[in-house]
Amino acid sequence: MSELLLSAQHLTKRFGGLAAVNDVSVDLFRDRIHAVIGPNGAGKSTLTNLLSGDLPPTAGSIRLNGEETAGHAPESISRMGLGRSYQKTNIFLPFTVWDNVRLAAQSRERHSPWNPLHWVSSARGLARVNERCERAIELAGLTHRTHTVAATISHGEQRQLEIAMTLATEPTVLLLDEPLAGMGQAEAESMVALLQRLKKDHAMMLVEHDMDAVFALADQLTVMVNGQVIASGSPVEVRNDPLVQAAYLGEEH
Amino acid sequence: MSSPKATLEKLPRGVQILLALGALALAAFPFVPMEGRDFYLQMLTQMMILAIFAMSLDLLQGVTGLVSLGHAAYFGLAGYALAFLTPADNPISLWWSLPLAAAASGLAALVIGFFVVRTHGIYFIMVTMAFAQMIYFLFFDNKALGGSDGIYVYFKPDATAVGLDLEDKTHFYYFTLAALIGVYLLLRRILFSPFGRALSGIRVNEHRMRAVGFGTFGYKLAAFTLAGTLAGVAGYLWAAQTGFVNPELMGFHMSAHAIMMVILGGMGNFAGAIVGAFAFEYVMHFFKDLTKHWQLLMGTFIVLVVIVAPRGLLGLGERFAARKGDQP
Repeated sequence: MSELLLSAQHLTKRFGGLAAVNDVSVDLFRDRIHAVIGPNGAGKSTLTNLLSGDLPPTAGSIRLNGEETAGHAPESISRMGLGRSYQKTNIFLPFTVWDNVRLAAQSRERHSPWNPLHWVSSARGLARVNERCERAIELAGLTHRTHTVAATISHGEQRQLEIAMTLATEPTVLLLDEPLAGMGQAEAESMVALLQRLKKDHAMMLVEHDMDAVFALADQLTVMVNGQVIASGSPVEVRNDPLVQAAYLGEEH
Repeated sequence: MSSPKATLEKLPRGVQILLALGALALAAFPFVPMEGRDFYLQMLTQMMILAIFAMSLDLLQGVTGLVSLGHAAYFGLAGYALAFLTPADNPISLWWSLPLAAAASGLAALVIGFFVVRTHGIYFIMVTMAFAQMIYFLFFDNKALGGSDGIYVYFKPDATAVGLDLEDKTHFYYFTLAALIGVYLLLRRILFSPFGRALSGIRVNEHRMRAVGFGTFGYKLAAFTLAGTLAGVAGYLWAAQTGFVNPELMGFHMSAHAIMMVILGGMGNFAGAIVGAFAFEYVMHFFKDLTKHWQLLMGTFIVLVVIVAPRGLLGLGERFAARKGDQP
């Protein structure tokens, strides 16, 4: 079995009386894509937010590369090697594609907001940052848009930009929240191809509604309903699970 | 490309030329023979000082997206520092009193910033104002701190070591001009440094900055401290020039004027703050000469500018330039 990079055990998140995520465990391995599916409101995005630190869990533990991260701030979890994209496009709209990705790449340099030398050096001259930035943009297939303002590129390209920003931070674990949402057929296909390329070096969790993509990509599948895991296993196992068929995939499957 | 949080960061060639011409005009002004030269010299010196103050606020307001309604506190504190440092019988050296006064403002900004930069949006506005009002009343109500009457600064700081006599209005004028240009160049440099890029990112989308790994608290606190320090430089010059400090320097009006200057000129590039400070002061003097109800006219003027030129006077200039350039 390949290397275990992220292991979340018995995660629970309560909002008042509502358990948005209830006793969910997820393991992410390098070179494997773990897809999480489920109807709207199942708690998939909340789960992503717990893993990335956007929300602190009510209970449970998360180990990222062997270190406990539950309750840590998102910026420190990010620096420990976790990168995420957002379901609703979350980028720097007024900046160019380059500046968007460059910021993400810069975050892997030493942070020294109190060092006056850091104030008067030129951001453009950071060779390592530029290199990382260029590589991420190329990987995400946005080279032709490098100097275009992010607000003016197409929705699909903004989704690619999300991925490019995530990649520029050189994560080992990738959490992708509906990367295909709102994409056209051709765009979706190239995104699927991109995720396949990324798989080798990353442990990946994919939250997605597009079943074709999920079954094309996933090595492991977890189905969530009402905050709980109702099935988990290989895609074939899950597809044949009667509970899943009733609750989610519908009668026609 | 007008998304809401966009600012004009890179100055178009035309604006750069205008700025250079403006600097030349300021440098040449003392040579122009005219009646009431001293009066205009003093007025321009004050405008330049306020331009430094407005630029320091722009680092927060236009670059980082933190609208401080209490920035005058740091302006006033350095002025008071100079007043307390200057003895009644002889001047004090510029070389250590200026850094010390600016550091006093910076320290206050660091301590207050530690609490306020945790807040966002409207709450940030409220707490910055609350802290500034606390400082205002601390000085207003304390006889030992000068009370409501304020304190005189009997001597201008001594800079004779480099041949500057700050008691001389022309010398003071050139010293202020040098400070203005120095602060402008420093802030422009900062804008395009890794630090400045991070601050811009925080303005546009702080949540995303944290998600890619920026500890935004430290960046915001550093910006708040630096802005307070530079406001202190301006306040020090103000106290030295007018020879007098009173609590109004730290008051609500002073803070609000600075915000209006930055909005008037155009946010996020420091050049706008300079243009805004000069325009604001000019228009205010103009209205004051016209009527004693000048505040009414001033308010109308600001409202008009915000409607006609939402990105300030510089943004307006850039729009015209762009329109001309677009024509085939």
